[in-house]
Amino acid sequence: MFEIFGIPSQALFGQLLIGLINGSFYALLSLGLAVIFGMLNIINFAHGAQYMLGAFAAYLLLQLTGIGYWPALILAPIIVGIIGIVIERTMLQWLYKLDHLYGLLLTFGLALVIEGVFRNYYGSSGQPYQVPSSLAGGHNLGFMFLPNYRAWVIVASLIVCFGTWFVIEKTRLGSYLRAATENPTLVRAFGINVPRMITLTYGFGVALAAFAGVMAAPIYNVSPQMGSDIIIVVFAVVVIGGMGSIMGAILTGFSLGIAEGLTKVFFPEASSTVIFVIMAIVLLTRPAGLFGRG
Amino acid sequence: MKKIVGAVAAATVALAWSAAFAQSGTQKVKIGVISDLSGLYQDIGGPGTIVAAKLAAADYAKINPNLQVEIVAGDPQNKADIAAAIATKWFENEGVDAAVDGPNSAVALAVSQVAANKNKLFVVSGAATSDLTGSKCNANTIHWTYDTWMLANGTGRAVVKTGGDSWFFLTADYAFGHALERDTSAVVEANGGKVLGKVRLPLNTHDFSSALLHAQSSKAKIIGLANAGGDTINAIKQAAEFGIVKGGQNLAGLLVFSTDVKALGLQVAQGLVLTETWYWDLNDASRAWTKRYQEAMPGKIPTMVHAGVYASVLHYLKAVGELKSSSDGRAVAEKMKAIPTDDPLFGKGMIRVDGRKIHPAYLFEVKKPEESKYPGDFYKLRATIPAEEAFRPLKDGGCSLVRS
Repeated sequence: MFEIFGIPSQALFGQLLIGLINGSFYALLSLGLAVIFGMLNIINFAHGAQYMLGAFAAYLLLQLTGIGYWPALILAPIIVGIIGIVIERTMLQWLYKLDHLYGLLLTFGLALVIEGVFRNYYGSSGQPYQVPSSLAGGHNLGFMFLPNYRAWVIVASLIVCFGTWFVIEKTRLGSYLRAATENPTLVRAFGINVPRMITLTYGFGVALAAFAGVMAAPIYNVSPQMGSDIIIVVFAVVVIGGMGSIMGAILTGFSLGIAEGLTKVFFPEASSTVIFVIMAIVLLTRPAGLFGRG
Repeated sequence: MKKIVGAVAAATVALAWSAAFAQSGTQKVKIGVISDLSGLYQDIGGPGTIVAAKLAAADYAKINPNLQVEIVAGDPQNKADIAAAIATKWFENEGVDAAVDGPNSAVALAVSQVAANKNKLFVVSGAATSDLTGSKCNANTIHWTYDTWMLANGTGRAVVKTGGDSWFFLTADYAFGHALERDTSAVVEANGGKVLGKVRLPLNTHDFSSALLHAQSSKAKIIGLANAGGDTINAIKQAAEFGIVKGGQNLAGLLVFSTDVKALGLQVAQGLVLTETWYWDLNDASRAWTKRYQEAMPGKIPTMVHAGVYASVLHYLKAVGELKSSSDGRAVAEKMKAIPTDDPLFGKGMIRVDGRKIHPAYLFEVKKPEESKYPGDFYKLRATIPAEEAFRPLKDGGCSLVRS
């Protein structure tokens, strides 16, 4: 075993892997934000609350109907996605022509309302949710103990992230979407229902947040404020990656997870600030973000 | 900024004005509950503390119907500056005689200072720092329920004595976490154990896996969690996932409330050792009180903080009743220290000259899921720490009131 900067390589590999796992959550969440911003030009501050809704949906499905983790992984995003569609139809759609600030204020207000309602009903200390039995336990990799559930988090998040990227960047449907954001009038002239496409995109972005919420439920505390704890970091990730850039959001999500993991090895006290330091440096040198156009 | 949540009328306010005036010797007292009504700690204290204070007022009214109690509430949002502003307004303009609870250490230290300056009274239940009756003590503050020294002493000593002699700390990187880590390290070392290392992580860290790996490779027998609330819950949940306990290491939660155990679920929390000064299922009296509490807070399990607010308000009212005045905070505090305490939840006890309330502490172990018979059946009692051993000896605190 060798050492790097006085840290045993074992510990370092372990932390890198853990960083990758945390990065999976950042990537999933920032992906949803990037999709919504890229297609709708809305800065979705309710994303954290929607992530929390996903976790609570999984918890409530289990408590009220006995539906376990695996079906919840599909059902919770659908339920929360539908809530997102209702929000888009009833509120957001009136804001597209206005300044970004209005969308930001509306979604921020929504986040506060949703959190407040859940805190009122469920209190602040959280709800229990177990790791599914099929993923309990773990493997000893030699340099660290890797819980099976964490391995699953990386795999699932990679599949979802690159699947989304593929659909938006490489398929016909994705090209319609991108065209519709560039020039909605022209796309409509080709007979494509642009408002419906936008609505479904928002629903999909929200469903991604809920999916991350279900993934988080077995390992993080399921509480009303779980979203607001993580969303600020995720916004930093999106800013670093470049607002609206899908690939940028995915790659920065994973790499910032790793950066944070490494900080926890060398100077754990700074682990919550390192991402913002990186953000400041990126904004100074590349104001549009690492992958941003413009 | 959110304003004070609003005045909450107490049981006796319902009395008609005329009737109250007609009675000779009627005395009024106004209590301000300062608690986290809408944030992270609202389940530990929060709206339940108002309920507890009302129950105390109702019970005292049976002994002395001539004392009219009004209860108001304020939410400092866990910020010391807002807390100080609320307390100043209460004491100066709104005729509040005593503030109770105080949801965290920073808030409690701030309100304690205001109470001393305005010569009013502050009875702490929710906050943990032992400095309230140590280096930062004053004649207007009484600390009721628990403190960091008692937690460290209870859990730390018991764990070292049962073979857990090497420790690794996961510490919340702020005043409370540091105090708890400091007090616990001292106890561990005094009892022949050693501290192998620590990781300090910012408040509201959501991922502990890297710190847990660190702790795992330290080979320490005990991983001490010097944090609270959501941080503790996340750390324990992820420790279970990483097989920490199965790998032969044990967790010691230094500040764990029954609400945290509920949030974790017994499957994850089982085997955890913790110290509290009150538990709802401790005896018949505590169960009976819990039943009354749950009439106002259906389905909620009261914590030791709620019990502390109830008992401290009851004792406060007794002191005011004997003194026949509530305006001089220092005099009331002296009276509270002079008369022995006696209530259904903490039993017989006393308040020391430094303001520390003395009562037994209990070392609990969280039950296995199959041992739990009904909702809220969380703990089995492992040891009772007698009142005189549970808290820091008077001479060690460095409180200026002790010397004078």
